[in-house]
Amino acid sequence: MYRSHVLVCGGTGCSSSNSQQIIDALETEIAAAGLADEVKVVKTGCFGLCALGPIMIVYPEGSFYSEVKPSDVPEIVQEHLLKGRIVKRLLYKETVQENNVKSLNETNFYAKQHRVALRNCGVINPENIEEYIAVDGYQALGKVLTEMTPQQVIDTILASGLRGRGGAGFPTGRKWSFAAANQADQKYVCCNADEGDPGAFMDRSVLEGDPHVVLEAMAIAGYAIGASQGYIYVRAEYPIAVHRLQIAIKQAREYGLLGKDIFGTGFNFDIDLRLGAGAFVCGEETALMTSIEGHRGEPRPRPPFPAVKGLFQKPTILNNVETYANVPQIILKGADWFASMGTEKSKGTKVFALGGKIKNTGLVEVPMGTTLREIVEEIGGGIPNGKKFKAAQTGGPSGGCIPAEHLDVPIDYDNLIAIGSMMGSGGLIVMDEDTCMVDIAKFFLEFTVDESCGKCTPCRIGTKRLYEMLDKITRGEGTLEDLDKMEELCYYIKNNALCGLGQTAPNPVLSTLRYFRDEYVAHVVDKKCPAGVCKHLMQVTILTDKCKGCTLCARTCPVGAIEGSVKVPHVVNQAKCIKCGACIEKCKFGAIVKK
Amino acid sequence: MSSKKAGVLFQDTPEQKQKLEEIIASHKGQPGALMPVLQQAQDVYGYLPYEVQATIAEGLDIPLEEVYGVVTFYAQFSLYPKGQYKISVCLGTACYVKGSGDIYDKLQQKLGIKGGECTPDGKFSLDACRCIGACGLAPVMTVNDEVYGKLLPDDIDDILAKYGV
Repeated sequence: MYRSHVLVCGGTGCSSSNSQQIIDALETEIAAAGLADEVKVVKTGCFGLCALGPIMIVYPEGSFYSEVKPSDVPEIVQEHLLKGRIVKRLLYKETVQENNVKSLNETNFYAKQHRVALRNCGVINPENIEEYIAVDGYQALGKVLTEMTPQQVIDTILASGLRGRGGAGFPTGRKWSFAAANQADQKYVCCNADEGDPGAFMDRSVLEGDPHVVLEAMAIAGYAIGASQGYIYVRAEYPIAVHRLQIAIKQAREYGLLGKDIFGTGFNFDIDLRLGAGAFVCGEETALMTSIEGHRGEPRPRPPFPAVKGLFQKPTILNNVETYANVPQIILKGADWFASMGTEKSKGTKVFALGGKIKNTGLVEVPMGTTLREIVEEIGGGIPNGKKFKAAQTGGPSGGCIPAEHLDVPIDYDNLIAIGSMMGSGGLIVMDEDTCMVDIAKFFLEFTVDESCGKCTPCRIGTKRLYEMLDKITRGEGTLEDLDKMEELCYYIKNNALCGLGQTAPNPVLSTLRYFRDEYVAHVVDKKCPAGVCKHLMQVTILTDKCKGCTLCARTCPVGAIEGSVKVPHVVNQAKCIKCGACIEKCKFGAIVKK
Repeated sequence: MSSKKAGVLFQDTPEQKQKLEEIIASHKGQPGALMPVLQQAQDVYGYLPYEVQATIAEGLDIPLEEVYGVVTFYAQFSLYPKGQYKISVCLGTACYVKGSGDIYDKLQQKLGIKGGECTPDGKFSLDACRCIGACGLAPVMTVNDEVYGKLLPDDIDDILAKYGV
């Protein structure tokens, strides 16, 4: 029995800020203090509040220490673990009240959250199967194999109203029933962990914090549709997730929870890992399967749908990591429990990766139907530096930008599509007044052009032309006609591209045109970038009343565009200036402005 | 597509050669073996020159053009050697919104190379990458496996100095 547990986040965010060093230091200090038999250090998955990493929680008190440095460790061990005095200066500020310490669940960041898919992240050691089993792990698989028929499993998932968390929101139970209905000598269960949407890290956190939940759910799916082999296709850019999945699969095999004759029921199911190689399009289901087969990851036309002819031409189901993470809980707690959360057509919860211009960047899980305002202002803590909210981007390169006027829309699949965006996998990037919406649209199109596989013309050439028009506008050479042309091209691509990537690629352009047309017009007509981002539309000028003639800017300028002599106000030669802003950074008097 | 064109002569050690043979042998006959073999081969050689692709094509009995097609399709595979220090700047949305574009520009300027290139001495190569998932630390760059977060353009000089610039 340990009297105290110290949980340290070992997710990618906190690992990047050296949480492993903290764990090493803790173990050394604890041993030196003679507490090795009393205090246990546990490396867990993500707690969610990545902005304040590295994070450490000490139980039984539940003290939440944020931004811990290895040099803080001796104090924590000596004061807290040895003498029982909480180290107040390291506590997460939100939890500190005048005379006592607030529970984490009462803080703004956690109060509105409801953790289903993330329930074990930051709670258990993901590298130890026994910890997963201790929190009811693999019980759902046992229940399914010993008490339920495959049809009952499918009916339960159908009744729960679970929809695919990867973006499109297709009902999971229907997908399973299609694959179950097709007879074949071999069927496959695949897990899409190719989370390529930049700014999204929900799936990574589940894999890093609770890998067994995915394995268990895949085995349940295998039983439901009659498959004996599963594949997890995971991004190679997620080394920690890959490592923990490898450990999890090995342990599950050792415990007889994967492999032959699981629970002595005669059911066989095994899982192999496949690593992606940096192609966004492989997140599309047919492209993903083509990639597992060892080819260029190009999508194929549907029909035939994967449930009929999928991986290696066999019936296949493919679900996203977060979708799977909900399955064991639905089996254990029942479809009604799950369906009681969320909105009429979108049940359960959704995990969002909050990023961009927001205070509490990190991972949050809220019931469907929560408003964007609650997420941004209450959970996310609002915009830093007193700036104003401009837009929230959901759905990554396939989604759109949601303006302030729609902040009170309850978030679910259908509402987001109605306002010109989409759920996507759950990336939620907040933008403030310093973000140029034309530049953002261009940024996403540059991404799509780069990632287009080239198989179909509307996407390969269409996105390139869109990008060129956007580039022209950001250089101040666009015309109002271009805006109309762009819109027309967007609809053409949407209607004619082969796969989901191409069909949704114009969304960032369409949604910014819809809500921020005035910014486009400012670029085209006034030749101005209101947010001050587009370099070609700005002028760097020196304010004569503030300039002291110190010559520092002239010496800094990489192209010699600043002229003037000592102690006389300098001037920028606009013809030479490349608007790099190096002079602004160096000026000590704030005399240079970019407008 | 011969690697001679890239100005780098390919030469492998007997150990590398033997490792490659082992990798091919352990995957031969498996469905979808090509991707894992290429990934492991790149771990051995650091890149996938023509000669390595040809060995794999022969070993797995897959046409060379198909191997080449796969190698050039995925961003992770490289036909050319990378630098001793591989620098990647995240240009994912969360980092981009927080100014990673300026970090990337500054690195190109400091190293005198463009994205995707390697310095002539073979010391540094620079790439843009799409989201390593450390969005809480945006903007982020990596040098080999080391992650640097919450960056400002002014931090670049100190970081490069660590690697001897």
